[in-house]
Amino acid sequence: MSIQEIQEEIVDEFSIFEDWMQRYEYMIELGKSLPLINGKYKTDDNIIKGCQSKVWVHAELEGDKLVFTADSDAIITKGIIAILIRVFSNQKPQDIIEANTDFIDEIGLKEHLSPTRANGLVSMVKQLKMYAIAYQTQLN
Amino acid sequence: MSNTSSLDVAVIRKDFPILDRMVNGKPLVYFDNAATSQTPKQVIDAIVDYYSSYNANIHRGVHTLSQEATDKYEQARLKIQRHFNAAKPHEIIFTSGTTHSINLVANGFSSLLQKGDELIVSAMEHHSNIVPWQMLCERTGAMLKVIPMSEKGELIMDEYRKLLSDKTKMVFCNHVSNALGTVNPIKEIIEAAHNVGAAVLIDGAQAAPHIQADVQELDVDFYTVSAHKMCGPTGVGILYGKEEWLHKLPPYQGGGEMIAEVTFEKTTYADLPHKFEAGTPNICGGIAFGAAIDYMNAIGIDVIAAYENELLVYATEQLLSIEGLRIYGTSENKTSVISFNIESIHPYDIGSILDKLGIAVRTGHHCAQPIMDFYKIPGTVRASFNFYNTKEEIDAMVEGVKRAKAMLQ
Ligand SMILES: Cc1ncc(COP(=O)(O)O)c(C=O)c1O
Repeated sequence: MSIQEIQEEIVDEFSIFEDWMQRYEYMIELGKSLPLINGKYKTDDNIIKGCQSKVWVHAELEGDKLVFTADSDAIITKGIIAILIRVFSNQKPQDIIEANTDFIDEIGLKEHLSPTRANGLVSMVKQLKMYAIAYQTQLN
Repeated sequence: MSNTSSLDVAVIRKDFPILDRMVNGKPLVYFDNAATSQTPKQVIDAIVDYYSSYNANIHRGVHTLSQEATDKYEQARLKIQRHFNAAKPHEIIFTSGTTHSINLVANGFSSLLQKGDELIVSAMEHHSNIVPWQMLCERTGAMLKVIPMSEKGELIMDEYRKLLSDKTKMVFCNHVSNALGTVNPIKEIIEAAHNVGAAVLIDGAQAAPHIQADVQELDVDFYTVSAHKMCGPTGVGILYGKEEWLHKLPPYQGGGEMIAEVTFEKTTYADLPHKFEAGTPNICGGIAFGAAIDYMNAIGIDVIAAYENELLVYATEQLLSIEGLRIYGTSENKTSVISFNIESIHPYDIGSILDKLGIAVRTGHHCAQPIMDFYKIPGTVRASFNFYNTKEEIDAMVEGVKRAKAMLQ
């Protein structure tokens, strides 16, 4: 599926939630259930310090696609990471570079992806794009 | 009880328009007072009045507005002087707040220190009372020593006394810790420092809203305050400095307002307090700060403190009824600040859910990373209460915390 299609699918999934409680409960479930990163990649090199919560990101090229794994020490942050990974991982670097994260507004989680929130997520998205740019250059 | 009965919180709440706000569809419960307090309409009125009636630059105009603004600004200085019982009005320097005040002093000490001199800091400082001194050490070769703290979040005074020597030039410490609420024994700290000839700066940012400090009685050399933590506006505060120290320190910033005479060969500096007040100050802010002090004094700092202590005791009890909740900072001598965590739940998660319920708390390291390192935690949830808060609001928070815990565990 393309990034666009996955985003639409997520927006669709979230539309069944009636209020913030249900959205948060879903995010928390995502945050609790997913083993998002191999422990050996939870290194200081891969850390994005967000003041409030920490985020770790690791990237690997598989064929012509970029695979991301990531984690956070806060569950809600981790839930959002799970969604971002679902959108951005297993995609071609060029598509990742061109994608945006507007769908996060539509699913009512905008406040967590605000540049002033200091939870590391905005930096994480930047980091995903940086990896994409770096690997794109490598592919060329 | 006689004290607290004289504070009618329902009446007081009417002074704070913001307290009627809804947040995320719920009535606002504002428990982030230690970061910034809310503003009563008496202070808002002073701000509106300034810009509607006599906005003008001060100290150099011959016209009426400039004179009025100057008078009001200087009256505010006098109010602040009286409030903190400074000996002279010019010992009150207007700054942009505590951070600016501390930097002013730290910068001034550059010319007074030598390699091998020692500075003493406490283990529970806000970053703004650590970093300027580290920068000073880098400039001068002086060394920073740290007064350790106990598990309860109290300074270990015996260790402090061991650190003092004739090499000690300066001691700085907060009156009240923003992350823990601990009220530090500053009188003892000051006395012991003076016995070895060291100067003392006390960061009063967290104390001023809850404790009446008398700078002469304390015999403190420098005391810093931010207006926005005591019902005043942001971006203004003061440095109190003993006259003799303010004479010893060189000016911090150069510019207008702080000079006596300027030629390209040489400039002579203005007298205190103007020597440290370069440029057009936050005139409206200073005047509104004066109005905030009037407002708090009309209620009475003692009355405020007694009521806030009731809130603290009540909230502590209620929160501790939640299984797995731990409070950081358990000194008997605390202001109305509660820092807590629940088992391994991340403070960010609890804070995010409370926000959805309209409850404003602070989460994170509260600009006091050394304290978090001491307890080996990423941060805490911090609820801080002011005199306009209620027990019902505390109940709402406790319910919210329980709900967050149920969702997150
Ligand atoms: C103990 C303490 N010191 C210093 C500061 C910094 O104050 P300001 O940001 O007003 O300069 C604060 C504010 O959070 C504080 O709590």
